[in-house]
Amino acid sequence: MTEQKMPLWEVFIRSRNGMAHRHVGSVHAADAELALQAARDVYTRRGEGLSIWVVPSIAITASDPGDKESLFEPTASKIYRHPTFYDVPDEVGHM
Amino acid sequence: MYTQALNASDPSSAPAEDAAALARFQARIDAEERIEANDWMPGAYRRTLIRQISQHAHSEIIGMQPEGNFLTRAPSLRRKAALLAKIQDEGGHGLYLYAAAETLGVAREELTDQLHTGRAKYSSIFNYPTLSWADIGAIGWLVDGAAIMNQIPLCRCSYGPYARAMIRICREESFHQRQGFEIMLSLVRGTEEQKAMAQDALDRWWWPCLMMFGPPDAESTHSDQSMRWKIKRFSNDALRQKFVDATVPQGHYLGLRFPDSRLRFDAATGHWQHGPIDWSEFSRVLAGDGPCNRERLENRRAAHAKGAWVREAALAFAAKQRVRKEAA
Repeated sequence: MTEQKMPLWEVFIRSRNGMAHRHVGSVHAADAELALQAARDVYTRRGEGLSIWVVPSIAITASDPGDKESLFEPTASKIYRHPTFYDVPDEVGHM
Repeated sequence: MYTQALNASDPSSAPAEDAAALARFQARIDAEERIEANDWMPGAYRRTLIRQISQHAHSEIIGMQPEGNFLTRAPSLRRKAALLAKIQDEGGHGLYLYAAAETLGVAREELTDQLHTGRAKYSSIFNYPTLSWADIGAIGWLVDGAAIMNQIPLCRCSYGPYARAMIRICREESFHQRQGFEIMLSLVRGTEEQKAMAQDALDRWWWPCLMMFGPPDAESTHSDQSMRWKIKRFSNDALRQKFVDATVPQGHYLGLRFPDSRLRFDAATGHWQHGPIDWSEFSRVLAGDGPCNRERLENRRAAHAKGAWVREAALAFAAKQRVRKEAA
């Protein structure tokens, strides 16, 4: 028997009130409800979270690691985006 | 918990890969960068990791069986709750690891199939039987202790998804060894019979635990490549020595004897030296002829087959719901 493949879901957990959901791993499940249950069993056995998101893995579009330089390198040269680029006399105090 | 002798690089080295790409890859490794799922990697690096991570996962899943044997016979509710939690952790650890292996482009179904058809190995230690309650103590203390020695360096493995899974596993596993030692401690402080149970468990588990670290460095094939790729950080013998040094004083604290007449402390090196390991036993068990190999695999296959209708029903239900939603 060739089994139909179980869909893959990415799991995100909010660890504490006020924190963002963070990617923790993935689970296989037939539907969203079962994915939530599996995520709860696999990733929150020690009070790791207050909220879980599950997202079908195929719904995620990722940047290509090969494009890393063209995507992210230009920001390295824009030092004027950082506060330390600007000269403010010490007498002025913290700004 | 457990990788062992599973950490040899894949022998079938890749067809000519771009030398420049290989050099760039090695430079990233040397700079302690983490390799992520979509990054370029040599074919042999990918194959080595798929095999090592999946066999580590299989070990976790098969490792649930020896302890499961005593779940209904734990001597108290406290012990039973702890044992159940430990076995659940092992199931969870297997799943983290399968997920890490899948990031390398292999399907879960394929990995499961490799285990069930005997094409993939798992740690030899789980082919030994649990004969008494003391074995549950010995597994936690010794088997998990050995596993932790192996796993801590894996938290720094060059492959990001594997390293992250290992960090989580190591954090959760620290209770496993302590609960095992506590069981041993209760037994040695008990009746003469209970002390004898603890001694018997140590006698049977000690040598198989030393084998968990894999063959001696002189005979360990392909581990140089795994070291260069920073999949592996310490040699088999180095990890085994760390384990022996940590464990022997614990055993003496328990008032137990190690089943090794050659075991002695070498003041010059500061290490405990153990006697020769019977590697023919290791090869036999790994090749499928240990005390419980057939039983472990049969149980796993049966559990998977018995669950087939659940997986099918869940998929059929999901498909039906999808159709209804689309129609509405």
